[in-house]
Amino acid sequence: MIWLLAGMFLVTYTPRLIPFLFASRLDLPPWVRKWLKFFPYAALGALIFPGILTAVPGRPALAAGAGILAAVCALFIRNITVIVVLAIAAVLLLQNLGVVL
Amino acid sequence: MREVRTTGVGRSVRWGLSNGLPIALGYLPVATTFGILGRQAGLSVAAVTGMSAWVYAGASQFLAVKMIASGVGFFQIILATLILNFRHFLMSTVLARKIEAGKPAGAALSYWVTDETFVVASVHASPDGLNSLSFLVMALMAYLAWLSGSFVGGMFADLIPVRIVDGMGIGLYALFIALLIPSARKHWQFALVAATSALTAWGLSRLATGLSEGWALIAATLGVSALGTLLPDVETEP
Repeated sequence: MIWLLAGMFLVTYTPRLIPFLFASRLDLPPWVRKWLKFFPYAALGALIFPGILTAVPGRPALAAGAGILAAVCALFIRNITVIVVLAIAAVLLLQNLGVVL
Repeated sequence: MREVRTTGVGRSVRWGLSNGLPIALGYLPVATTFGILGRQAGLSVAAVTGMSAWVYAGASQFLAVKMIASGVGFFQIILATLILNFRHFLMSTVLARKIEAGKPAGAALSYWVTDETFVVASVHASPDGLNSLSFLVMALMAYLAWLSGSFVGGMFADLIPVRIVDGMGIGLYALFIALLIPSARKHWQFALVAATSALTAWGLSRLATGLSEGWALIAATLGVSALGTLLPDVETEP
């Protein structure tokens, strides 16, 4: 187990570390900087979907519904913590009410 | 002079705490689920907590536990972990340029780069609020939540209903969505890029079934953000 953890530590830390050692002072051409500007939004899209469909075990529609609820709330509420809590509460409520979604 | 510095520190700490809170709330149930599943796969409480402390990579930890349970060998687990976590190389590249920490500080901070700390710092952050200290406070809050959740899940694996805490993992998706919506409303380019990337990631996972989850995410993210360079530029705050 120690060796497995050590190996996993190495392969997870190294990719995180290297850019902090080299990338911060690199002078990148404008088109690369523009690329990097869009990167977080592309990452957000790919992180949300399709992963959200498996967020609640065996209940893809319930998970998607909670996601839509979060999106609607985000139109009115700027506080992200509130939206996180609301989504969790909604799923807990519907899971325990046994609502079939 | 001293006063200016103190308020700067106070502001950074406050920024870190308020941005770390939603991540911590999202992490707690996911880490608890990890602790429970880890125990069910035969790991000790020390092993699940240790993996959270030293590997600190949600998706990879779940995958590793699944692979351990099905008797997959050492090198395959390491390789899968590398592939799934390679996206952090790209995230660190973006973050390193935004935070501009020195080498020793940057080396330490980079340990806490996750999907969540990356998107909060790069999307939500008012650019003047992000610095080494504020990122550290936010990241430590997230890390402590991940550690304590794993420990609690491991300790009380028999008592906590795994389906319930597993479903609470929706919190992190709500975090991503809440981050995306305001930027997507402000700049249509961001909305278009995020939607295209989501569809691409979904398409890749459907069409190229041999493609691991890690590669699908990297390919969609890199490819679609590259297409973004063809769109009219977005004026972001300096």
